[in-house]
Amino acid sequence: MSDVATHEFQFASAEHQRETAISGIWLFLASEALFFGPIFLSWIYARLADPSAFDAGARQTDLTIGIVNTALLIASSFAYGVGLASIQFGSRRRMVVWLLFACTLGLAFLGLKFGVEWRSDLEKGLFPGANFSIQGPTRNGAQLFFAFYFFSTALHGLHLIVGLGLVAWIISQARQFTPKRHTPVLIVGLYWTFIDIIWLVLFPLIYLIGRAS
Amino acid sequence: MTHSAAQVSYLDDGHTLRSWLLSTDHKRIAILYIVAITFFFFVGGVAAFLIRYNLISPNGLIGSAETYNRLFSMHGILMVWFFLVPAAPVTLGNFLTPLMLGARDLAFPRLNLLSWYLFVIAGFIALYAVVGGGVDTGWTFYTPLTSFYSKGHVVAAVVAIFIAGFSSIATGLNFIISIHKLRAPGMTWYKMPVFLWSLYATSVILVLATPVLAMTLLLLAFERIFGIGVFDPAIGGDPLLFQHLFWFYSHPAVYVMILPGFGVISEIIPAFSRKELFGYKFVVWASIAIAVIGFLVWGHHMFVAGTSLYSAIVFSLLSYMVAVPSAIKVFNWIGTMHKGYIRFDAPMLYAIGFIGLFTTGGLTGLFVAALAADVHLTQTYFVVAHFHYVMVGGMVSAYFAGFHFWWPKMTGRLYPEMWGRVGAILIFVGFNLTFFPQFLLGYLGMPRRYFAYPQHFEALNLLSSASAMVLAVGYLLPLGYFAWSLLYGERASANPWGATGLEWTTPSPPPTENFAVTPTVTQPPYQYEHAETVSHE
Repeated sequence: MSDVATHEFQFASAEHQRETAISGIWLFLASEALFFGPIFLSWIYARLADPSAFDAGARQTDLTIGIVNTALLIASSFAYGVGLASIQFGSRRRMVVWLLFACTLGLAFLGLKFGVEWRSDLEKGLFPGANFSIQGPTRNGAQLFFAFYFFSTALHGLHLIVGLGLVAWIISQARQFTPKRHTPVLIVGLYWTFIDIIWLVLFPLIYLIGRAS
Repeated sequence: MTHSAAQVSYLDDGHTLRSWLLSTDHKRIAILYIVAITFFFFVGGVAAFLIRYNLISPNGLIGSAETYNRLFSMHGILMVWFFLVPAAPVTLGNFLTPLMLGARDLAFPRLNLLSWYLFVIAGFIALYAVVGGGVDTGWTFYTPLTSFYSKGHVVAAVVAIFIAGFSSIATGLNFIISIHKLRAPGMTWYKMPVFLWSLYATSVILVLATPVLAMTLLLLAFERIFGIGVFDPAIGGDPLLFQHLFWFYSHPAVYVMILPGFGVISEIIPAFSRKELFGYKFVVWASIAIAVIGFLVWGHHMFVAGTSLYSAIVFSLLSYMVAVPSAIKVFNWIGTMHKGYIRFDAPMLYAIGFIGLFTTGGLTGLFVAALAADVHLTQTYFVVAHFHYVMVGGMVSAYFAGFHFWWPKMTGRLYPEMWGRVGAILIFVGFNLTFFPQFLLGYLGMPRRYFAYPQHFEALNLLSSASAMVLAVGYLLPLGYFAWSLLYGERASANPWGATGLEWTTPSPPPTENFAVTPTVTQPPYQYEHAETVSHE
């Protein structure tokens, strides 16, 4: 593709197409926010009903991995942001390097979350059900906590995997992006950052609130 | 009229199956949707037929309460998610939005095609769930029945609705962005046809409420698969939470079903009264108000579910508030007809029928919105009759009205007008005779979803079932004469009704690119007393 700005026939100009695409991703993200809404709402609601059991559950989580993972995701959003700035300033090569770095951080998150943390959670018998290891009066509520935990982290992980696929696609298409034409880079970046924001809500719900008291 | 020889009608732009199944043309996708939607309407209709068949006799003619449960679940699931919610937006909305905007296509044509594939995949999964094995939960999937006790393909049904939801979100997103970004030069917000405003209000609900349902159903599937979950009271979860989340979507979804119908009626009444729409801004803002207030009334589905009295009173009050914008619309339509030159063509007959049926459905809605009355009426046939007046009497009439109105534009053919009128009258009469007895049954205390009933309800049930046959003929009739008109119908001109609106300025059927030259809008819509609305530069 050349640098001549092309556009689909329903748009008046390439700029018109760009603006429209960016509005589209924002609206999609609004929809995604409401998609995650019921988890957050139900989680907080269930915790209010049985706070001590939720605290007992939360204390079994691995705070260190949680903090490292949060740092990884924030760093990956930052890396993506630098990648976006790179293409805006004309360096395609630097964009690819930063996007690869963002991917690596995302992969590291997935490895820690599912390869290390989930495995140890499962070994500790924290998956809700007959073999659930927490006993006593907090057993039921702690199971509910871990139902939320496994459900929401799996869903967040799936979103992250989709995000990785999209970033990989941007990298593979890098040759067609120029300082003036790089709307897909921006759009995928918005999605990539959105996944981190979801995590920034999950992080306190999983690791912090239960440890506060 | 701009009709150059170089322009190829969208119907002639490729005749292969591939040119249809991979088309990103909004008009072709609308046709694909019409085929799919009509199919699901008739499958859901067969289930309705069997329900009415069973209720002919007090002891039930089907012989098994289990089968009956599966039938009304099938009817509800297919009709709600595979007909009522998507029907008007994906068919009429898809076809008309770019034409009314003066645009060449929707903002995201490939997303539009993707939404059709998602819909069809979801539809087949739903068919597998409700036919091959069945679901006995009703369309509402209440826990803990659904998560722990129900037999049948609950997870498949839930997955189907989940996927169909994303099809809806894609469609809604496409409409909102298109309306914001693709309006023709000169088309300010207040120069837009009301149909686009109502589609906009509809789309806001689709984009913001559907994801809530999607997540709720995922949580439900998780609970059913792993036997442990957030709605299970045994571990501190809350079944009422499911109902709150479910109705947070499913009540606004009711407005998804009816709002496009309001839009259709607002186009037809001025065209067949030869008058400007009365109170344009009121009609427009009533749509927006309904969409907004619609998000705040879900609790009226839970008056007897054990919610607090205080919240029930608030929800009751808020529910009354929805009646205000709805009534404004009805008065505006009647005001438009007042002193107009009214023509009783089929679209207008459907539209007038709509006003009557919707008003009845709306007013009986006030009965069930009233906290005290609802305690008596809830879970009875009164509720069934109420929402069928709005959904079937209202929405389906408006859908048929729109179909007759825009059929010449879509196909380039005129349907036989006499048969159209016969169909409209049959549907109106058949509908009332089918569902009015159900108001009486419900008021007398016949519960809904029961396989059998006491002897003294037999006469009214018999009347309802017999009249359902009239209604069925009314629904089958258009299928026949529309098909006939495709082959033998008279060729339609660009504007057979003499209506205003950009869609009537382009040939019937429109060329692939819709407009040879992007139109410029200089006047407000519905200028029926005056000359041309639109000029081509």
